Amino acid sequence: MSALLGKKLGMTSVYNDKGDQIPVTVIEAGPCPVVQVKTKSTDGYSAVQIGYGEIAARKINKPLEGHFKKSGVEPVRHLKEFRHLAETLNIGEVLTVEVFQKGDKVKVSGTGKGRGFQGVVKRHHFGGVGMTTHGQSDRPRAPGSIGSSSYPSRVFKGLRMAGRMGGKRISTRNLEIIDIMPDTNILLVKGNVPGAINSLVEIVKH
Amino acid sequence: MNKIDVIEQIHIARALEVRKSKSESGTSAIPSFRPGDTVVVAVRVIEGEKERVQNYQGIVIARRGSGINATFRVRKVSNGVGVERIFPLYSPIIQSIEVVRQGNARRSKLYYLRGMSEKKIRAKLS
Repeated sequence: MSALLGKKLGMTSVYNDKGDQIPVTVIEAGPCPVVQVKTKSTDGYSAVQIGYGEIAARKINKPLEGHFKKSGVEPVRHLKEFRHLAETLNIGEVLTVEVFQKGDKVKVSGTGKGRGFQGVVKRHHFGGVGMTTHGQSDRPRAPGSIGSSSYPSRVFKGLRMAGRMGGKRISTRNLEIIDIMPDTNILLVKGNVPGAINSLVEIVKH
Repeated sequence: MNKIDVIEQIHIARALEVRKSKSESGTSAIPSFRPGDTVVVAVRVIEGEKERVQNYQGIVIARRGSGINATFRVRKVSNGVGVERIFPLYSPIIQSIEVVRQGNARRSKLYYLRGMSEKKIRAKLS
């Protein structure tokens, strides 16, 4: 398994050898230094902590400063832990886009775009009412009935209703890596990737 | 230029390199053409194992998009049936684009040509 942290830059398209036009997301990924290696004996579980992104020294608080000092790694903006990452990694080692190869299938995770308070049609793909006759001209996007009356006399837990949508962690699996540009730390991944432009994404290959 | 534009430029260059390597004249330059111009687009067609070049001639009725996503729309009348094809400007399947006749259109989208007879089109574009 290999993993990287990166920043979503946006989308464009490229042509493959056959001349097909392929939609791609451009991700600036790495370089990611290994900041900490957790082992079963010292931490109770094994994991590798990697970092990404520049940050001004004055923005590092004391506890984090100590954390970086211990590993001897330049401070970074984001830290993420990955279980099952190759345990051969050493502290200070730097992961770059070259951990992946063209054609690899990867999982990309990130925080999806926040949609705010949304109704059931957008949030849960309800069909809406579908017509504006028979006295329902004012509720084409209404949820309809939310349950029966005297029995059970309550609304079931987890019933899908309007509310806050998006802004949660989303993963997209099996995205193909179309191109790698090691000198600019850029990955081209087929299709779309969760999150807004400039948001942090994790790229994982199993 | 932002980073995405840079990537587009790299891939445009790569696509044009393919065009150059396949063409006999060894050029990949795209002529400047506008809606209203008549062009011949040489398209590479793959039939099983073999590959051949097919010419498609018609009037450019629209151009849209920018960067690597730019396309143009070519209309012709084939056996009495109107045919429109949309070509990505930098597609590697295009071998060459040649302008045969320059038109004189005052609009950027010539969709109004669709309902017109050939004679009327000629009058409109000259």
